[in-house]
Amino acid sequence: MEHLSSPPTSQAYRHYIAGKWYVLLAMLLVTLAAALASLMAGSSGLPLTQVIGALLGLGDPQSLTIVWNVRMPRVATAIVVGIALSMCGCIMQNVLRNPLASASTLGVSQGASFGAAVSIICLGAGSQINSGSGSAAALTITQPYLVTLCAFLGGMITTVVILALSRLRGMTPSTMVLAGVAISAAFSGGTTLVQYFADDVMVATVVYWTFGSLGRAGWSEIALIGLLCLLAFLFFFFHRWNYNALESGIHTAKSLGVPVEVLVPSSLVVCALISSVSVAFVGCINFIGLIACHMMRRLVGNDVRFLLPCTALCGAALLLVSDIICRTLVPPTVLPIGALTSFLGAPLFLYLIIRGGRTA
Amino acid sequence: MIEIQHIAFSYGDHAILHDVSFTAQAGECVGILGNNGAGKSTFITCLNRIRIPAAGEIWVDGKSVQSMSRRELAQTIAYVAQANEMSQATVFDCVLLGRKPYLKWGVSPKDLELCAAMIRKVGLEKLQLRNLDELSGGELQKVMLARALVQQPKVLLLDEPTSSLDPRNQYEMLALVRQIAKEQGITVLIVLHDLNLALRYCDRFYFLKDGTGYRYGGEETVDAQTIESVYGIPAQVMRVENRKFVMIG
Repeated sequence: MEHLSSPPTSQAYRHYIAGKWYVLLAMLLVTLAAALASLMAGSSGLPLTQVIGALLGLGDPQSLTIVWNVRMPRVATAIVVGIALSMCGCIMQNVLRNPLASASTLGVSQGASFGAAVSIICLGAGSQINSGSGSAAALTITQPYLVTLCAFLGGMITTVVILALSRLRGMTPSTMVLAGVAISAAFSGGTTLVQYFADDVMVATVVYWTFGSLGRAGWSEIALIGLLCLLAFLFFFFHRWNYNALESGIHTAKSLGVPVEVLVPSSLVVCALISSVSVAFVGCINFIGLIACHMMRRLVGNDVRFLLPCTALCGAALLLVSDIICRTLVPPTVLPIGALTSFLGAPLFLYLIIRGGRTA
Repeated sequence: MIEIQHIAFSYGDHAILHDVSFTAQAGECVGILGNNGAGKSTFITCLNRIRIPAAGEIWVDGKSVQSMSRRELAQTIAYVAQANEMSQATVFDCVLLGRKPYLKWGVSPKDLELCAAMIRKVGLEKLQLRNLDELSGGELQKVMLARALVQQPKVLLLDEPTSSLDPRNQYEMLALVRQIAKEQGITVLIVLHDLNLALRYCDRFYFLKDGTGYRYGGEETVDAQTIESVYGIPAQVMRVENRKFVMIG
């Protein structure tokens, strides 16, 4: 190839790539802005100056308490869970060659939810406390690692079924999602059965828990999800060129040296792990993985080098904004975030099914 | 140079290929010919271990393919599939993927320059930032060819590269493949259905029949008896202006 001289063509590509870096930077700023807005929002509204002051350790004790003890864990939870769910969506859509794939649409979240419910009700991994509002019981996880393990096992069962189904001939993206509906129904039935044998309060707390809430994870849970997210991101980012090659089809990917037989199942296991852990601590939050990935694909294309970090940030920002809406729409009631994300995600999901294409 | 010795492949009990052997030199274009279901696509995907053959050996420049790592194999043998999945990648992104076997952490200026030069060579410079799903069939095949060529392979496998192209694009595509193969000393194995295209652009011809090699050689192997035996239809082979043509029926 020595005869091939250096052409100006690559310069245009460099400019094109620079555009993607700007999108990534913009997403970082949007996420930071959403985090600040989330710290400001609430029944006792804090102005920006007070929030920044509290973040720097200055200001009155009340605002320090509100920012660091009440709102910051919520913001941190939204960020790590948003990142976890959206990364899952991005990678599942890539390895399953399915634009409708995400932890919630394929039933992984529901499997994890079942596992967590079993650990809470049958294995005593959670206990109910008074939420403070006087009307509803809230759930606290007393054995987070047991809940995580059971949620992971539930998510893994779904993953194994999905992997087996994806290898069948004639499985289209839509039929995969139908399979996900069937798996979700089976796990919902299992959860109902487990609840049937539990006492009323425990059933109420588990039902409340399945609504999804960013307010129940403590710093140790946030740290666990955060650490797993970081490790998962490193794993996914290490394989970014392999995922890009998979976009061209399995045979082409193999011809480019991608270990497809190892990469696909290992990626799904990592997805199951981070989505299950998120579900274990905050309940089912649907569609974030689906929405974030499709939004970012519009801006940066399918290149996983940029799609993955942009999707992660978009997922975090979406969850932060959803949480702000949930907290401020009908104050002082905090609406269940799972319901809101479902309202946002369902129309997009329907659009994708009707469109029936490979990409959004 | 590629040496293929006694390749066999089966799906369960159903044997697809048995005892396929031949040798092709550097810079040669070999047409892989035969009926649908003869095992042509299976055969070429066995060569770079997309499918793992049940038996046989493949050597490229004296080195066994079985002993190569995935990365080394991708640097040695490139492949263009029959059907290419569309994606929202741009032409440049897709061609850059061909440098994957050489990438360590990031893309180097050399990688970018190689891709840019190859995009120019296949005549798609003006479309380099266009998405693949906006391209015509001919343009898309050229992108896939460019992607395979930036792998800097010693062997290039093309599975029916002209099946979805109009006559003009068929001729342009194969002329380009032949030119690059000669320039860079790449051995090219092309699965083709059009015998006249094969006669025009291939140096040698390997006829597969029911998963086994029927005949291998130069232009002289393409004769009426071979065509009738392999394809099961009568054919006439004639010479016009010193060039061989096949007329079916």
